[in-house]
Amino acid sequence: MKIMGRIALKTGEAVMLIAVSLIFVFPFIWMALTAFKTLPEVYQFPPTLLPESWQIQNIVKAWESGPFPTYLLNSTLVAFGVLFLQILTGVPAAYAFARYKFRGRNLLFALTLIALMIPPQVIFLPIYVEMSNWGLVDTLWSLILPYGASAFGIFLLRQVFMQVPDEVIEAARLDQASEWKIMWRIMAPMAKHVLVTFGLFSFIYHWNDYFWPLIMTNSNEVRTLPIGISMLKASDGGSEWNIAMAGNMILVVPILLIFFFAQRHIIQAFTYQSK
Amino acid sequence: MAQVVLKSLVKDYNKQNVVKGIDIVIPDGSFSVLVGPSGCGKSTTLRMIAGLEKVTKGEIWIGNQLVNDLAPGKRDLAMVFQNYALYPTMNVFDNIAFGLRNRGVSKKECKVLVEEISEIVGLTEYLTRMPSQLSGGQRQRVALARAMVKKPKVFLMDEPLSNLDAKLRNQMRVELTGLHKRLGTTFIYVTHDQVEAMTMGDQIIVMDQGTVQQAASPIQLYKEPDNQFVAQFIGSPAMNILSGFQQRLLVGFRPESAKIAGVNQEAPLSDRAQFMKRGNILSREILGSDVLYYVESGQEKLVVKDDLRYLLQEGQEVIVSVNEEDLYLFDQESGIRLRQGINLKEKQKLAGGMT
Repeated sequence: MKIMGRIALKTGEAVMLIAVSLIFVFPFIWMALTAFKTLPEVYQFPPTLLPESWQIQNIVKAWESGPFPTYLLNSTLVAFGVLFLQILTGVPAAYAFARYKFRGRNLLFALTLIALMIPPQVIFLPIYVEMSNWGLVDTLWSLILPYGASAFGIFLLRQVFMQVPDEVIEAARLDQASEWKIMWRIMAPMAKHVLVTFGLFSFIYHWNDYFWPLIMTNSNEVRTLPIGISMLKASDGGSEWNIAMAGNMILVVPILLIFFFAQRHIIQAFTYQSK
Repeated sequence: MAQVVLKSLVKDYNKQNVVKGIDIVIPDGSFSVLVGPSGCGKSTTLRMIAGLEKVTKGEIWIGNQLVNDLAPGKRDLAMVFQNYALYPTMNVFDNIAFGLRNRGVSKKECKVLVEEISEIVGLTEYLTRMPSQLSGGQRQRVALARAMVKKPKVFLMDEPLSNLDAKLRNQMRVELTGLHKRLGTTFIYVTHDQVEAMTMGDQIIVMDQGTVQQAASPIQLYKEPDNQFVAQFIGSPAMNILSGFQQRLLVGFRPESAKIAGVNQEAPLSDRAQFMKRGNILSREILGSDVLYYVESGQEKLVVKDDLRYLLQEGQEVIVSVNEEDLYLFDQESGIRLRQGINLKEKQKLAGGMT
């Protein structure tokens, strides 16, 4: 009786897990499969799950229907540019918050945390005006500079830096290391997993970001992939969903690849305490 | 190589006076040990010498240079920390080489120096290992190598052996003193362990509550303590302190310099024994070659260390006797030792004589 109960419980658990993962994975699978269907098949009722014939050329068509190499380059420049600036500002800020005693430290840190809670939609207008005044609207700078410092990154790094024993920093000072060197050679490597995880979050956010590039850019030369793909949908009057989904595949594949390689660090970043 | 001089050194933390104006001269090439109970200011003093704590008042001289405002890295000293403080993301080689590279030593020379040092401390096989892959003793050696490779004027060590097990600690103690002899550099060593201080130091500075109680050689500290604190801190078990015949006096003697015998036995008392106490043995501890007797005499308790020849029983009535030259007198209020102006007879009388 007991054993039967346990089996039932385990089965129930498995069913729940499968159901929940299907809810998350299904739209993704649907997108991937739609990307390889013909347009009539997309509209067919009842719908098919697997494509009747695999239309590889959808990807090619999507790629050729706009300046996708430019979009891809722009997306890459923006996502990496933002990440570079965020780490460049985040490590010293977090080091200062974690290790220096100065007047107003707690106030400044509280302000940083408040910044964490303000969505970009709330402040885009003043930033747009500012970018416009500087003549940076419709340049990649307007996509990179406003995100040059991340409150989330500073917060995460500060927590890691606070756990580093004082003596390690003191030993480095006695070893004649400059503060700059202590930050980048001692502290940053100790926060490696957190840096990778944060980098991934930041990269995905800015790679996928639709809202900000939509506002800040008007011309194809500075548009990013999400904008380019959204334009696929409305190209020839009726919506060519299969081509739009093929475009989405182009958008998603690099992130999947990065995630695949960074997985180990992500898991370690969240189990750092127990190490 | 350099002499280190502290002049009226003061350190306040949040208005709390931690180091209260100490004057110390640490001779060039000496192995000086700062010893005292926890919270006595010894670590703070060491950290001020290193430049890791700001000096509130006073001066620190290393060689001919006033270093109060000099950055830690510019003071030409090296420090070994209690928890080793190795750089966890660098391998052993990089840990040792880090300080050299920061000084602009060339790659080639770095390699030669690191290999030379690792040979001395026995780390050659471990140069590519990470600190997390090393045992406590090996980490300690890396920390030592990292300090040695810089060839500093002064070595600072903050309880470097307290994280090791007893056996390894003894071994490292011997190695450290050997290292000091070979290098001939000034060592300043902080510990709370008086045994460590006595066995390693050639000058011991006993500190308590932010002040220097006495600075002297191990033998002098043991034989000629300046005050009650030093007398009781140095030596194990601690010196017996009893109230004297007069109110304002305390009498002290070391457990190992007292003789003990059963009342009815033929006592192995020396003719010169001039201080005697009658009492009962409360308990005893057999240490192997020696026995510790805990004796109750009236209101007072004392400890006597004796050899195993005449093993006495618990509860037995005994006489404890001490030679005159082994007695120490202290002022009850200040704890300062009284040395002069008291002759033998007076000493005997003051001590309470035979009871």
